[in-house]
Amino acid sequence: MLRFLLNRIAVLLPTFIGVTIISFLFIRLLPGDPIELLAGERGVTPERHAQLMHMMGFDKPIWQQYLTFVGDVLQGDLGQSIVTKRPVFDEFFTLFPATLELSICAIIFAIAIGLPAGIIAAVRRGSVFDHTVMATALTGYSMPIFWWGLLLIIVFSGTLGWTPVSGRISFMFFFDQVTGFMLIDSLLSGQKGAFASAVEHLILPTIVLGTIPLAVIARQTRSAMLEVLGEDYVRTARAKGLPPSRVIGLHALRNAMIPVITTIGLQVGVLLAGAILTETIFSWPGVGKWMIDSVSRRDYPAVQGGLLLIASLVMLVNLTVDILYGLINPRIRHRR
Amino acid sequence: MSKTLVRLAAGLFAATMIAGAAHAKTLVYCSEGSPEGFDPALYTAGTTFDATSKNVFNKLAEFDRGTTKIIPGLAESWDISEDGTEYTFHLRKGVTFHTTDFFTPTRDFNADDVLFSFNRQLKADHPMHEYVGGASWEYFNGMSMPDLIKEIVKVDDYTVKFVLNRPEAPMIANLAMDFASILSKEFADQLQAEGKAEMLNQQPVGTGPFKFVAYQKDAVIRYKAHEDYWGGKAAIDDLVFAITPDASVRYQKLKAGECHIMPYPNPADIAAMKTDAAINLMEQEGLNVGYLAYNTKVAPFDKVEVRKALNKAINKQAILDAVFQGAGKVAVAPIPPTIWSYNADLKDDTYEPDVAKKMLEDAGVTDLSMKLWAMPVQRPYNPNARRMAELIQADWAAVGVKAEIVSYEWGEYLKRSKDEDRDGAVLLGWTGDNGDPDNFLAVLLGCDAVGGSNRSQWCYKPFEDLIQKAKVVSDTAERTKLYEDAQVVFKEQAPWATIAHSVVFEPVRKEVSDYKIDPFGGHIFYGVDLK
Amino acid sequence: MSDRTADATPAPTQNATVALLKEFWFYFRENRGAVVGLFVFAALVVVALLAPLLAPHDPIHQYRDALLLPPFWQEGGRIDYVLGTDAVGRDMLSRLIYGTQFSLFIGCMVVAIALAGGILLGLISGYFGGWVDAVIMRIMDVILSFPSLLLALVLVAILGPGLMNAMIAIGIILQPHFVRLTRASVMSERSRDYVVAARVAGAGPLRVMIRTILPNCLAPLIVQATLAFSSAILDAAALGFLGVGAQPPTPEWGTMLAEAREFILRAWWVVTFPGVAILTTVLAINLIGDGLRDALDPKLKRS
Repeated sequence: MLRFLLNRIAVLLPTFIGVTIISFLFIRLLPGDPIELLAGERGVTPERHAQLMHMMGFDKPIWQQYLTFVGDVLQGDLGQSIVTKRPVFDEFFTLFPATLELSICAIIFAIAIGLPAGIIAAVRRGSVFDHTVMATALTGYSMPIFWWGLLLIIVFSGTLGWTPVSGRISFMFFFDQVTGFMLIDSLLSGQKGAFASAVEHLILPTIVLGTIPLAVIARQTRSAMLEVLGEDYVRTARAKGLPPSRVIGLHALRNAMIPVITTIGLQVGVLLAGAILTETIFSWPGVGKWMIDSVSRRDYPAVQGGLLLIASLVMLVNLTVDILYGLINPRIRHRR
Repeated sequence: MSKTLVRLAAGLFAATMIAGAAHAKTLVYCSEGSPEGFDPALYTAGTTFDATSKNVFNKLAEFDRGTTKIIPGLAESWDISEDGTEYTFHLRKGVTFHTTDFFTPTRDFNADDVLFSFNRQLKADHPMHEYVGGASWEYFNGMSMPDLIKEIVKVDDYTVKFVLNRPEAPMIANLAMDFASILSKEFADQLQAEGKAEMLNQQPVGTGPFKFVAYQKDAVIRYKAHEDYWGGKAAIDDLVFAITPDASVRYQKLKAGECHIMPYPNPADIAAMKTDAAINLMEQEGLNVGYLAYNTKVAPFDKVEVRKALNKAINKQAILDAVFQGAGKVAVAPIPPTIWSYNADLKDDTYEPDVAKKMLEDAGVTDLSMKLWAMPVQRPYNPNARRMAELIQADWAAVGVKAEIVSYEWGEYLKRSKDEDRDGAVLLGWTGDNGDPDNFLAVLLGCDAVGGSNRSQWCYKPFEDLIQKAKVVSDTAERTKLYEDAQVVFKEQAPWATIAHSVVFEPVRKEVSDYKIDPFGGHIFYGVDLK
Repeated sequence: MSDRTADATPAPTQNATVALLKEFWFYFRENRGAVVGLFVFAALVVVALLAPLLAPHDPIHQYRDALLLPPFWQEGGRIDYVLGTDAVGRDMLSRLIYGTQFSLFIGCMVVAIALAGGILLGLISGYFGGWVDAVIMRIMDVILSFPSLLLALVLVAILGPGLMNAMIAIGIILQPHFVRLTRASVMSERSRDYVVAARVAGAGPLRVMIRTILPNCLAPLIVQATLAFSSAILDAAALGFLGVGAQPPTPEWGTMLAEAREFILRAWWVVTFPGVAILTTVLAINLIGDGLRDALDPKLKRS
């Protein structure tokens, strides 16, 4: 097991170096000039431009800039946002809880509906229910979620007025950010109605972000179940006369869960990509929207730091999934 | 921000919200974005100024709310020396800084605060010159303050003298701008002693009508009225900025009564707002101009007739309808009508495609293909440059001119459009900083600005002489005459097609009284009341 | 991925090809959804090809007397503009019809880019192994470490906004899947008897790879390509929506949505129709993809 672990980490190291190079290079390759952007229509004189480039360290040779960058990264310093002039690290982790909260809700929503739907569909293979679930899942999987979000806003916020249009909580509630998770903080604050408001704000974004994972999980669960249900030992169990609920619950489900868990783990990247769109539509103050804004503002250090942090997170989650998979399924561990 | 302090503030706030909900007046402003920080001198964005200089800080001189007129601020009066190079300010006495959870002032405002506020920007060796990484004091530099100010002298505790290198007629207007906000030196010293100077950019302490309470990034900013404000306590007790980047969402919230005032409505929603009984749609012409700048250094645009002909081929009314959707006025002069010295007698180029076609033929220009630059971003003076470019493209096609629309990333666009041998005509615009005509005419059309902010690369002696002269005389009547003449020269030479001045719309709920639109595009809540 | 057995002949004769296609069609037909998808897709192709004939108006012509007209069945709508007009008076229906061209073109181009690059790198990586393999696979890992849309967004920011650049960016982010698939197949086929035989017979590595190994990993690649086709359309629309994809006045559906956003509460038709168009297209392709997978993957076929 230890060897397996070390192996995985050894593979990850060059990937991480690659990620630092990419994050770094991307930003140098971005056309456009952050200083011009700051100066706006007025512009700056060439002398002042040079002076500012020097101040921000953009005038040094590229390899030197890279080494400085890596050195700083290793010390946990991702530089300062050009726009807000605050450390990128702080900016990112101020906003990250919002993204995390939304992602967790979305994945719970996806599992809570997708898993049972997939299982039932598999058990009742060929039934109307099965067809409906699969058709819905494929539609969800094909959904342009930015449009889906707009539609939900039109219907639920615009026409019906049931849900708030954007934000995380009504401004009427104001309390200290202890965990950064609005659901928890609103409860801790003890203010009446705060939690309800936080939940209200979460509903639409959760549905939008959860749609694709939901579809993927439902489809994956169904096919994993079908496969397991076709295996000899399940047939044997059935033949032995065990009641169907026990066959499904005890034997099939446990084995079908292995690929499903992997699938869920792999949704993290999907969620982060989806968060970019979802947060944009709902003005959700998370890292996805922040990244988009930073790219359009040419906030070099913010984009660079953000890319690096997000990629690191994805890598970390993938590693965890890998290890879990190895734990559950010894065959994989030994094959490598 | 220390956790206990925040919690304390939160507790206090919650207490007032619940106990005093009946009588505490809370004004909610649905702002369009997050402030970059809380030290206005570090930034150039209006969103940041709204959250800081417009409501939390004062300047030596101020603009009378809702106008571009200058009135005394923290300086009760000022004298200007004969040669126009020495400005002496007599400071107001008994002005207090905000007492907050993180700072308790021990003294009133005085000359030290003025010196601190400016010297940190002016002097490279000032301990607070680089108190946050990348502090570049962009506005201070952009207004050429380092070249202009020789020194700032403290005459006594309540008298400060600015010594200039040359006379500069718009100086007082400059000192009413956002970068000239007066901060508390005592607070800065305290932060420095604690080794956390960078907090100056996160916790503003000023003398203004509202004091800062707390900020939740990208979500909400809270303020309370400054009880001892020198101009009298604000009519509202609490001020909340609910950050809402999406315009249609802001409108939703306004309709639902979740906020009282919103900036930058979608042009598409204006019509609906006009008929909404709960909303009072305020409007005012913005202090800006949107233009199309030809490159007068490149043939055939070096010929006045060609530029005039192209101007005559543009159907400006159609642009106003489709792009501004009524939220704009056709621009005739290079300065907006709200600025003094605006020449109301100017005649605009009429829309006559046939004449234009003929003029082009007469000038020997046939089969003209050119580039038409469209900005990639939305600006107050041009809500949709792409759409505007498409309309102009179609208009020009009708007179046989083929225009290819090009665009670059915004920073790149600004940079490339400055090139003296740039290919094509550029859509751009300008929003005034201080309400002085010099701030438009010299910055956008002066000879010094060629290769810079003068996008038409137009250096024309008769025009230049007029605006240079107007810069050094201090008599306003004389200056007015000079600027009026300069506008006539501009119109004859047509380095630009002047397109539009935007009309600023601000929907305000009916229960809000005495709100005024700021011509500088700011949002000021002192003087506003709730019914 | 796939358990293709060596019974599929490396270079099938014409008869065998016909037989294979027949077999394929037999299984594909089983899946009703896939057949529906195929018909819808065929219809979209026809619409795209005949766009100039079908569209009632020029998709970028602005009818200035007809700004933001609703569809004809609503009050204020006109029969000339069946699905209404947008903010500058362009006919929605014509724009949607021309949009089909763009979406299908995007799909084809992206798949071509991703497939060509992916197969090449996958073949090299799988066949040569060693450090070449390690380097290529680590690069793919790096690409996969970034959320796809974020990477595409930054790539487009570098290359400059526009349809072509958006397609390149999406092609690059979809490529690793093809590399991995090809590599896995190559590695499992490399030591098979027929490959060894070909090599012993003196075929060069290039010939072995292209003539011998590649045909045997086609099935999973085709399925993946279908998936990539629909992802490409979705991602391009998302980039258009974020303002960095196709630029106006191009009638690309995502870009149309981005332009329509400000009218969300006022003119439902400018928001709804482009989205329906995207959903329909992507759904049709995904249906086909499912059918293809069932028909081509022998493992699922059996169950």
